Order: sequence, then C-alpha cells, then structure tokens
Amino acid sequence: MPQPLFYLFVAVMLGFGAAVVLLRNPVSSALSLVVSFAGLAALYVSLNAYFAGVLQVLVYAGAVMVLFLFIIMLMDIREEQRRKINKVAVVGGAALVVGFVVQLGGVLAGYEAGRKPLDRVPLQLAEAAEARRAVGNVSPGITADLERGTLPDTKLVGEALFTRYHLQLQMVGVLLLVATVGVIVISRREDRVVSGSGE
Amino acid sequence: MDWFLVLSSLIKISGFTFLVILPMVALCSLAERKVSAYIQDRVGPNRVGVPMTIFGAKKDFPLFGLIQPLADGLKFILKEDLTPKHVRKFYFWLAPVLTMVPALLTCAVIPFGSYLNIGGREVKMVIADLNVGPLFTFAIASLGVYGIVLAGWASNSKYPFLGGVRSSSQMISYEIALGLSVVPVLMVFQELNLGMIVEEQDRNGWLLLPLWGEGLSWQRWALLLPMGISFVVFTIAMFAETNRMPFDLPECETELVAGYHTEYSSMKFAMFFLGEYAAMIIGSGLIVTLFLGGWSIPFLPTAELAKTTWWMGLLHMGCFLTKVAAFIFFFMWVRWTLPRFRFDQLMRLGWVFFFELALANVFLTALILMIVKR
Repeated sequence: MPQPLFYLFVAVMLGFGAAVVLLRNPVSSALSLVVSFAGLAALYVSLNAYFAGVLQVLVYAGAVMVLFLFIIMLMDIREEQRRKINKVAVVGGAALVVGFVVQLGGVLAGYEAGRKPLDRVPLQLAEAAEARRAVGNVSPGITADLERGTLPDTKLVGEALFTRYHLQLQMVGVLLLVATVGVIVISRREDRVVSGSGE
Repeated sequence: MDWFLVLSSLIKISGFTFLVILPMVALCSLAERKVSAYIQDRVGPNRVGVPMTIFGAKKDFPLFGLIQPLADGLKFILKEDLTPKHVRKFYFWLAPVLTMVPALLTCAVIPFGSYLNIGGREVKMVIADLNVGPLFTFAIASLGVYGIVLAGWASNSKYPFLGGVRSSSQMISYEIALGLSVVPVLMVFQELNLGMIVEEQDRNGWLLLPLWGEGLSWQRWALLLPMGISFVVFTIAMFAETNRMPFDLPECETELVAGYHTEYSSMKFAMFFLGEYAAMIIGSGLIVTLFLGGWSIPFLPTAELAKTTWWMGLLHMGCFLTKVAAFIFFFMWVRWTLPRFRFDQLMRLGWVFFFELALANVFLTALILMIVKR
C-alpha cells in the first residue's frame, strides 16, 4: 500500500476511535466505532490479509455494531447527553492510554525484524509451494494457489483452524453454545414468571 | 506505475456502476410497472416519449414509454425537498447515502464478463479480483442495514422507527441463512474467487445445469440435490435481504404508512429507491454468478476464446446481462404474484426453517462429497 493511504487509514481509525469516547451522543459514538473498524479493515487489507479485513467488516461492523446500535436507539438519548463528566474516570482513562502507548512503544522498539520496510520483504510464494510439496502436499488447493502467485489467506486460515487448532475451535464452539443456551434459559424463566403472575 | 492497469480499472468502475447498474435501475423502475401491468392485465406506462408537439408537430412520438424513467428522475429532482422539524438532521441526511453506497459497492467483486482483448492485452472483466468474493459481498451488504436503521431512528417518529427496527431484525436473521446456504457451494468449488468459480462453471457445466464437461459425471449429478436446496434458500434469503415482496415488511404500507422512508421526500427518497433496486440487481448478479454460470454461454466452454478475440468478451458480457435481466424479471414476477407475509411468520420462517435447512445442507453436502471423492 502506498504510504499516504496508510496514514489516511490510520488517521481515520484513530480519529474516529477518539470520537467514540469524546462524542456525547451514544449513536454518534457507535457509528464512529464502525468507521474506525472500517479503517482497521483497510489496514488488514494493506497487509494482504483480505480474509481478516473482510471479517472485521462482516462480523464487527456488520453484525455486532448493528445490534449495539439497535439497543442504543431504544434508550433515552437525552438523559445520556445530560450526564455529568466524571473527572476521576477521565484522568484514570487518560493515564491508562498513556501507559498503554508507552508499553506498546517499548515492545515495538525491541522488535528487530520490524525495522525492515514491508516492501523489501516480498512474499515467497513459489518457495512456500515447494516446501508444501516436499511435506506431502496436504491441501492441493493451497499449493495450486501459491504456484499461481496468489496468497490463499482464507484457505490458510481454514487449514490452521481445522488441523492445528481444531480442539481450541471446538472449545470456543461449545462456549458459544453454552452462552446461547444460557440466554434462552434466562429469557424463558422470566417469561414464565410474568405469564404466571398474570393468571 | 502501470498506467494501463489504472486506466482500465477506472473505466471498469465508472462503466459498470454508472453506465450499467444505474441505467439498469432506471429501466427496472419502468420494467416493474410494465410487468405489474402485464400481470394485472393493464397496459402500463406507454405514453412518455419524444415530445414532438413542443416543436409544433401534430403527434408525440411515444417510443413505448421508454422515456418514462427520465421523466421520473426529473420529477424527483423538481419535487420540494422537505426536511421536517422534528428529525435529527445529520443522520436524516446521512441515511439515504448509507443505503445507496453499500448497494453500489458490492458490484466490485462480481465478474460481469470473462476477458476483453484490448490491443493484445487481456483485461479481466471484474473491478476487484479478490480471493474473498462472496464474503466481501456479504460484508458490504451487511452495512446496508445502517442506512435503513438510521433513517428510521433519525426520522424521530413512530412508523419510520418501527420500520427501521423491523428491517434490522429481518436483515440480521436472514443474513445467517444467506451465509450458511452459500457454504455448500463453496465446498463444491473449493474456491472463494468469483471469477474462478465462473470459469469452472464455464468448463464443467453450471452448478444447476451440469450438462457438459465434467458436469456429465454422476458425481456432479449426486450433488444436484444439496445445490438445489442452497439455491432455493439463497434466493429466498436474498428476497428478504433486499426487502422485496413478499418480505417488504419494513415498508409495509398497510401497517406502517411507508415504513422507514415515511418522512423522506424528493431526491432523498429517490436515493432509497435507487439503493433498493441496485441491491436487487446486484443480488441477481450474485445468484447468477454462483448458480447459473455467470457470463458463460451454455454448452460451449469459451473462456479461452475470449482471451484472443475481442467479440467473445463482449458476447460474455451480453450473456451475463441477459441472465441478470431474466432474474430481475423473476424478482418482479414474485412481487406482483405473492401476498405479503406477516412479521412473525417471516421471523419464524427465517429462524426455524431456513436456518436449520441451510445448516443440514452443509452436512449433507459434506457427506456426499466424502462418498463421491472415495
């Protein structure tokens, strides 16, 4: 990605990220977060991670934030806007941000491989394809893509998830299932109490 | 910098969105009236043509009413643009834009032709040749909810708000069926690039019409059942996603006046209108690309020929547009034939029937693929 575009998307991401905290209207905050996610997705795409970028938009901007917006719209917005600023929270939040940035700077300064500019580190797709053939060509689709000179990022993510991390994937799946069942149980119970008292 | 690439991309973007999709939207509004008139045994708009009487001639030149969209556009621009006092102004202005932009953005990954041979170079007829085609379409289409939700909320009155709430719950519910129903298709193709999916169908038969190439093998015919289920679920979910009849509950006029765009007038209303039709056209394009072979001509694998001759590429584009037009006609046919669902029926259908069907279909396809591959 050309450098001006990188700075543009970073500015979009950080600027709208700050707007999430600074704006008083909750709907504006939620939408600022959506725009911030879009900037983040663009940065993923600039790193050739199309799949991660698209998922960022699909899951966070398209699904999670729509539900957030949905709930915010049912609230009384004027009451939120009248709420006084808590000075302790502001100072604490600012201190946390400064601390995090210092920590992040320290970690990044110590990362030697990061000193090379990205455009001087080309993707070695042909070599990767050869290496895959050498170990038995497990997923031929990925090898074929590599030989054609495209990065099959979606297929690589899929392969990693369903071979190396399949146990973790199933655990996350069970966790989500438990959460879903829990929500249904909680909402059912309340329903029964209401209908019981009515009769 | 490769100027040829930049120039051809710019021409593809402006050509496909502004010279194909937008005029198609205008023609769709005319076609919708003509089709509804035909179904209801009326004549439909047939008067607007070249107004020869202005120039002193005896008779106008009607042209079968083909100029009607132009007159409609002029009407929208000349109408008073009313912004009611009680609305939240910024979001009231933003909402129509947020409906239209995602609808037009999704066309970036749809291959509207094979290759076009320009001066010895073969140019791929797709704006962005991404390896995440269908996912990109779903991601951008899921942003389309914001426009409708914000329109409902910013209007700050009851009916639009109910319309906005309905639309968001409907779109979120059917997104699941839409996404799951496309999984078996991707399992069969083992590919996420829409251009390569179409080329595969060009060589070995359309997904729903495997009559040539490798499509004649029993393995492909064994997959017809799950692919058929996918097609039906995907198409119906697409109807719900684009808020078309029989799922147009967000703007159901007998209950909600005009739903989320009740407070809108003039060009801002026209933007919702345009966005809705653009979403329908691109939805048809996606269905044609995934299930009906995209630009490919039936029985003739011609992708290689398009790389060397200029006329085959144009023929492919024509083939794609013909298929899309036929599918748009199907959208209209359904709209003027079926009655509207009730909202609880719509939600039950989405969650209890299509969700489970699409999920079971994934396992059915996996089972068949496992047996077939052995």
